[in-house]
Amino acid sequence: MIRVVLPAHLRAVARVSGEVRLEVPATTQREVLDALEEGYPALRGTVRDPVSGQRRAFVRFFACQEDLSHESPDDPLPEAVVRGDEPLLVVGAMAGG
Amino acid sequence: MAGVRVLVGTRKGAFVLTSDEKRVDWEVGGPHFGGWEMYHLKASPADPDRIYASQSSGWFGQLIQRSDDGGRTWDPVGNDFRYEGVPGTHQWYDGTPHPWEFARVWHLEPSLNDPDTVYAGVEDAALFSTTNGGRSWQELPGLREHGSGSRWQPGAGGLCLHTILLHPSDEQRLYTAISAAGAFRSDDGGASWLPINKGLLSGEIPQQEAEVGHCVHSLAMHPDRPDVLFMQKHWDVMRSDDAGGSWYEISGDLPSDFGFPIEVHAHEPDTVYVVPITSDSHHYPPDGRLRVYRSRTGGGDWEPLTRGLPQENCYVNVLRDAMSIDRLDECGVYVGTTGGQVYASADSGDSWTAIVRDLPPVLSVEAQTLA
Repeated sequence: MIRVVLPAHLRAVARVSGEVRLEVPATTQREVLDALEEGYPALRGTVRDPVSGQRRAFVRFFACQEDLSHESPDDPLPEAVVRGDEPLLVVGAMAGG
Repeated sequence: MAGVRVLVGTRKGAFVLTSDEKRVDWEVGGPHFGGWEMYHLKASPADPDRIYASQSSGWFGQLIQRSDDGGRTWDPVGNDFRYEGVPGTHQWYDGTPHPWEFARVWHLEPSLNDPDTVYAGVEDAALFSTTNGGRSWQELPGLREHGSGSRWQPGAGGLCLHTILLHPSDEQRLYTAISAAGAFRSDDGGASWLPINKGLLSGEIPQQEAEVGHCVHSLAMHPDRPDVLFMQKHWDVMRSDDAGGSWYEISGDLPSDFGFPIEVHAHEPDTVYVVPITSDSHHYPPDGRLRVYRSRTGGGDWEPLTRGLPQENCYVNVLRDAMSIDRLDECGVYVGTTGGQVYASADSGDSWTAIVRDLPPVLSVEAQTLA
């Protein structure tokens, strides 16, 4: 089981109130995001660009107090995320001045 | 009972304003999609409770929302806007080639007859359509690929397709306008397109007779006289009497040659409304006075409409999709400002009141007449 914490705007789009729990054996960012979009189709295109598949510029991924945003989407996620002990945090980046 | 529903898109959410036919007391619904940029909302003429909305964000991209109950509840539909083929390049601000990149949906134009068919004007400029209520979108690539696309250059707001007009009886005829490429017409349902920019003499561009490169801000048409088009351009208000074949200036005695929206009265094809704005970088009304101008002669002679509108210290803008009309017997006119006010006139513009004063900056206003 994978736990994902979405930013408030995307929780509203997905119509969830707390963290999302995905009952899939995902081990990479790509597998988690594929499962997230499968379970919540309204999120398609909001975290990743639908054409390029790239993370949107102002979206960041964190887990276990590490910034995973620049990891390859096919790199293994931390063991604690894969086990469901820690959530993958999808964060809307601070942008402003 | 007859009434009006006004769909308001703002920088931070959507609002649905409703009233009976008197248009005195208004109920304000919303915000829907709080915090998101709502570029445009529009209802289907074929099913008044079917409303489509463009929801976007610099963080999370583009969503399209659909309501089937008049804006009370919404569901996301398809949001995959994928250019056909290899999209190639248009010109960047400095004249260098720049790849076509989807940014957002500026305008949604539902079919006059089918609630499941909608056209979408997007940035970077292209025309898309759906025939299944928004579940999927396909580009009509004939516009972007008609020949001049590689020479299109963005305006200050981006390379956006912001205006879509549908002929009232000929489903094959469509008009679009793109900043800063110009106006285009299709006579085959959007498969192929013709630039219709002859006579748009913008003194500030190098080639007066250029096929494209004109900064068209908005187009309007009366359904009883669909060959007559009105245009608010970056410079000047223009008119065509031959479906865009040629244009002539009707700015007349307007206090400014700049503005964004243009609309035609519901029942008088020669009554036209514009909102003059001080060009170019100011983007607020001349003399700090918000005045809607009305011509009852099809252009040329204009009268300022001021009663109920702020006539001192007013420095808001009215964006291109932020003026609309209803079709009640006494035509209503609606204007939304970047200061968050929505002003309404229930008497063809003679007098105005603010329906609501403190919304986020208004991006679009669409009035819907309810039976």
